[in-house]
Amino acid sequence: MSCNQASWLHGYFDGELDAARAAEFEAHLGGCADCTRDLATQEALRKALGTPELYARARASLRSRVKAQLSAPQTAHRPGRAYWRGLAAAASLVLVLVGAWQTATWRADVADRDVAKQVLDAHLRSLQLTHLTDVASTDQHTVKPWFVGKLDFAPPVTDFAAEGFPLVGGRLDVVGGRSVAALVYNRRKHVINLFVWPSNDSDAAPRSGTHLGYAWIRWRRGGMDFWAASDVAASDLEEFARLVSRS
Amino acid sequence: MLPHLDSAYNLARWLVRSDAEAEDLAQDSMLRAYRFFGGFRGGDARAWLLKIVRNTCYSWLESTRGTRDAAEFDEQIHGAAEVTPESLAIAGSDRERLARALEGLPARLREVLVLRELEGCSYKEIAEVAGIPIGTVMSSLSRARRRLEQALGAEERKEAP
Repeated sequence: MSCNQASWLHGYFDGELDAARAAEFEAHLGGCADCTRDLATQEALRKALGTPELYARARASLRSRVKAQLSAPQTAHRPGRAYWRGLAAAASLVLVLVGAWQTATWRADVADRDVAKQVLDAHLRSLQLTHLTDVASTDQHTVKPWFVGKLDFAPPVTDFAAEGFPLVGGRLDVVGGRSVAALVYNRRKHVINLFVWPSNDSDAAPRSGTHLGYAWIRWRRGGMDFWAASDVAASDLEEFARLVSRS
Repeated sequence: MLPHLDSAYNLARWLVRSDAEAEDLAQDSMLRAYRFFGGFRGGDARAWLLKIVRNTCYSWLESTRGTRDAAEFDEQIHGAAEVTPESLAIAGSDRERLARALEGLPARLREVLVLRELEGCSYKEIAEVAGIPIGTVMSSLSRARRRLEQALGAEERKEAP
């Protein structure tokens, strides 16, 4: 576009020109094919951007959280995000308790789904930030000692490079308000996060599911809860779970 | 403030491009706006809230810089593509593609487009939220729209055999 009036096009299109300038531009538009065409392009673009799906509406859970927060009596200290994460965890607990009168399976499903969501959030966070690993090493004898003093338990760390799941490193993460060990493995180009934390419950066979296109699998063994999350195929994740639980 | 929660979340979501972070940041901003309501001197409450959202998001983006900038659309690499109203209408009807193109814009251009087209803000409101002189809103929008057209055109070419 090389026309000398073109700079007014967006102001005209947005209805932000004063009356005199708008009339001037309108007169120009009658004789300028470039501007007429660009204006049609802008209309098409606006129509596309006006699609309701593009608008990110706040979820009901966020709305009720904010509502509760704004109506709560003001405290001396501004609650940090950890506070809200804790509240979210408490809310999840309530959710689980509400389900207590339902069947045990259903209850387990709710709890699983809730933890699965948190585990997958942690998995996604680890990919988005430059924070995939705190300790980057393919050596299990480097990764395992790294956790000493940082956690109140010792997560089992084994490299499965020979089986096609090389260890990449580890980091600390938070799931459900508690610090957990996150072990990072690769599967071809994909990342698998294995979250480990202690549990008082008895061993449980693997259960798996998907959430937002990501696969998760969980099991409990030897007083530890294991949750793995990844975008690999579910069968790969099951194979990974077999390897870890056998080690 | 609560009636403007959608606006706050929408702006945060498009600025940080992550649902979970946007929820945290929108919530932080709402609380901040509520706390500092004493500092509100009347006028447009939504624009005032959005300004807080914007600043909260930029602080967060600043703290994670290096990982995110790289994902933004690079004009030099993709080059300018010729777009027509018709091809735009087709590209724009693909929600995923449109979202990708918008997310690929530099944050400063993305925000004026989101404020104008998704929030329906006036130039005056955009100037207030984005902290830019009102005289530069029109040229920012012009650049943002041009870049978005190019991004949609570039995607189209990429998909064509």
